[in-house]
Amino acid sequence: MTVNQLATKYAFSVVTMPEGEKIVSGCYVGDLLSWVMGRAKAGNVWVTIMSNLNVVAVASLVDVSCVILAEGVTLDKEIVDMAVEKGVNILSSSKTAFETLKDIASEL
Amino acid sequence: MSEFVNFHFDVDGDNFVSAGQASVKVKKNLREMGLDPDIIRRVSIAMYEGEINMVIHAGGGVADVNVYKDYIEIILDDHGPGIPNVELAMQEGYSTASDHVRSLGFGAGMGLSNMKRYTDDMQIDSTVGVGTKITMRVNME
Ligand SMILES: Nc1ncnc2c1ncn2[C@@H]1O[C@H](COP(=O)(O)OP(=O)(O)O)[C@@H](O)[C@H]1O
Ligand SMILES: [Mg+2]
Repeated sequence: MTVNQLATKYAFSVVTMPEGEKIVSGCYVGDLLSWVMGRAKAGNVWVTIMSNLNVVAVASLVDVSCVILAEGVTLDKEIVDMAVEKGVNILSSSKTAFETLKDIASEL
Repeated sequence: MSEFVNFHFDVDGDNFVSAGQASVKVKKNLREMGLDPDIIRRVSIAMYEGEINMVIHAGGGVADVNVYKDYIEIILDDHGPGIPNVELAMQEGYSTASDHVRSLGFGAGMGLSNMKRYTDDMQIDSTVGVGTKITMRVNME
């Protein structure tokens, strides 16, 4: 399933979708950036509540298929612009990380 | 070591929030060179961890990435406080990062171990009061 399809099927809010054809596979949940860099795999969906610029850098370096911001976390415009520039897809959900993943787990 | 490409960066020690831009740039450059995505991923994550360390622990420094035919070398050089006990610093979870740095998602104490994990060779040359030079190598194979 692509990030585009995931967003549509599960009605996520789309924060950025510069590369919506990326394929989602597996998931990593976490807010500590070194853990994400050490453990997440390319193509994973990354669920986090972090909202600073480093999220964009880490998402890009790790090659995650998309970031899902849980708990209704929002991003400053500057960060959104950077994500678009770096080709980082970002979705958001008002649910907790657990509830978000419960919905989409079977697709990953 | 005949033909090689060098990318050089001055890493500014003032801005924690926008730190890591050199590594993101390297990733883009290596992609444009058509290198293997997994190699690019390893190089850029290892460099990012080192770049962040230079910013949060050492007040900035210089970074060089040298792309040779058979391997990529990453050299991070700073004039920060140095690392008193490298063996301790290498342990997962050991960190002297401030609360502010932690609030940005850094300071998990996993940076050096990630650098080791993602590279084929890593040398730490650090002297207290002088600085730290880290040389990493990722083989192309
Ligand atoms: N370039 C550096 N200059 C001085 N100290 C450093 C440097 N890099 C790492 N350190 C020391 O090693 C510790 C562990 O580094 P690391 O594994 O990256 O964890 P973290 O950066 O999350 O603290 C740091 O907390 C710091 O005390
Ligand atoms: Mg670190």
